[in-house]
Amino acid sequence: MSLETHALGWTTGRTVVLQDISLTVRPGETLGLIGPNGSGKSTLLRLMAGLLRPSTGHVELEGRPLAALPRREIAQRIAWVAQQADTSDRITARDAVELGRTPWLSANDPWSPADDAIVKGALGDVGMGDLAARQWCTLSGGERQRVHIARALAQRASVLLLDEPTNHLDVHHQLSILSLVRRLPLTSVVALHDLNHALGCDRVAVLKAGRLLALGPPREILTPELMRGVFDVCAHILTDPADGAPVLRIHPIH
Amino acid sequence: MTEAAARASRLPRPSRALLTCAVLAAALVAGISIGETRIPPLTVLQALANRLFGAGLPLDPMDEGIIWNYRLTRALVAACCGAGLAVSGVVLQALLRNPLADPYIMGISAGASTGAVAVTIAGFGAGALSLSMGAFGGAVLAFALVALLARAAGGSVGGRGAVQIVLAGIAGSQLFNALTSFIITKSANADQARGIMFWLLGNLSGVRWHDVALAVPVALAGVALCAAHARALDAFTFGSDSAAALGVPVRRVQAVLIGASALLTAVMVSMVGSIGFVGLVIPHAARLLVGVRHARLIPAAALSGAVFLVTADILSRVIVPGQVLPIGVITALVGAPAFALILIRGQDRR
Ligand SMILES: Nc1ncnc2c1ncn2[C@@H]1O[C@H](COP(=O)(O)OP(=O)(O)OP(=O)(O)O)[C@@H](O)[C@H]1O
Ligand SMILES: [Mg+2]
Repeated sequence: MSLETHALGWTTGRTVVLQDISLTVRPGETLGLIGPNGSGKSTLLRLMAGLLRPSTGHVELEGRPLAALPRREIAQRIAWVAQQADTSDRITARDAVELGRTPWLSANDPWSPADDAIVKGALGDVGMGDLAARQWCTLSGGERQRVHIARALAQRASVLLLDEPTNHLDVHHQLSILSLVRRLPLTSVVALHDLNHALGCDRVAVLKAGRLLALGPPREILTPELMRGVFDVCAHILTDPADGAPVLRIHPIH
Repeated sequence: MTEAAARASRLPRPSRALLTCAVLAAALVAGISIGETRIPPLTVLQALANRLFGAGLPLDPMDEGIIWNYRLTRALVAACCGAGLAVSGVVLQALLRNPLADPYIMGISAGASTGAVAVTIAGFGAGALSLSMGAFGGAVLAFALVALLARAAGGSVGGRGAVQIVLAGIAGSQLFNALTSFIITKSANADQARGIMFWLLGNLSGVRWHDVALAVPVALAGVALCAAHARALDAFTFGSDSAAALGVPVRRVQAVLIGASALLTAVMVSMVGSIGFVGLVIPHAARLLVGVRHARLIPAAALSGAVFLVTADILSRVIVPGQVLPIGVITALVGAPAFALILIRGQDRR
């Protein structure tokens, strides 16, 4: 499913947080969103999810303006995972994932065994099947993050917007979540801080101070010059002699 | 989920509904039979059979009159108030993401009192407004003011600034309580002042059938409306953005349900005065019983609230012989320690 932004901008008070972002997320691709803290990644994802109203420009989903779609229909097509979301409610991990079925349920379409199967599958996909009955407040940070991702998967949307999904995750789960996202036949936009993870995306979009600096395949975009200009670091792409895969070596500028 | 919740959820649905009705009916019968003059439950049932089904059983018409016109109306209105206030509490806590939100703390009750006093004592509206209309207007005004203040303080309804809205509610309550006192001291004569003070603390003595005719439909409609939004309320678990991402039309749901809570509270307060603690304690107690999912929490809170207030009303009539205490005194005396217990128990389970 295609998602496009047209000259998108967002202003709050006198601060311009995002301006003139025009990009097309291609159906089925995994688009990495990178940029320093405060560059506008989360804001862009919120605009794409229809959670914020753009100050300028608009977002299109399958050629239809997002603003014209009812919330429920948006939620059936786009799932969004916040950078941080917590609750003090006494819910279990499974309860949290079941919320993902909300856009598909109604008085005529009540909870069914099919929903149970989807929830179970989503918990399994993120390796939380065994902890499904655990109370939310007893879960670790990484386990909570995986439950959030499972909720987005249970939503069965075709577009996945993930805001730093690897936050709090150990190395193994970082890799398994990212490879899951790439493997699923979904269109995903993933805000990332680890540039090596960005290397694994189909394309990357680079944000700096609210502007889109570059968009394209990671090997072409992540040049030493760009990384010096955007992140203020020295970085080179090396090749792993074992399998020829690209690896980023990053060190501070002296 | 607690053990009790697990057990309750194992009961099949029809028998749970039946159990619910039975508990409520038992509370109502107790509410009717206990009072200054005790009336045996059997007589109560006979009187109800006479009136409802024309059974024609031989009864003292005095007793029958007391049961039908005074005790029954009182118990029914108490049940409706309890259910309405408890469900308002559930809804406000869910939408504002704050375990302290309830109609009393949010200033809605205080606003309703001010509105009621403004109409009845200060003569606001020159006789065109009824006490209930005044109370409703006051409730809505108070909530709007509190919401505005919270927003100006950087909070958002249902969002990240959950502390601000409670602080704003406290400020609003203080303001409206002060206004109420001001109006009373300035305009009321001594008798009026005594009467209104009694009303403010909660008083079911004056309740008659026309009150029942208002309370029952409003409570049923309010509870049904909130129950119909159970899934949307669940979706607020991780905040309003997350609810929106799950397809909930957040603004509409907030407007409808907060409006409904304000209406429920205003109608109840206009009949019986502002009763604290029901909207705060009952939702928490109900959560311990059936868990946090609203499809079960809302009916459970409605039932517990109804039974709680009917029981509180019984206590208010029997604790001091020959005297009726304001029901708000009872709900606070029972509610405060109960809330403390819930707080401590909740802590243990973390
Ligand atoms: N509601 C708001 N009011 C004022 N400023 C805001 C608001 N939301 C975001 N900003 C500002 O906009 C900028 C972009 O924020 P955003 O959260 O999109 O950054 P980000 O790229 O996700 O950063 P991070 O890597 O730290 O998550 C920041 O400077 C932030 O302070
Ligand atoms: Mg961010």
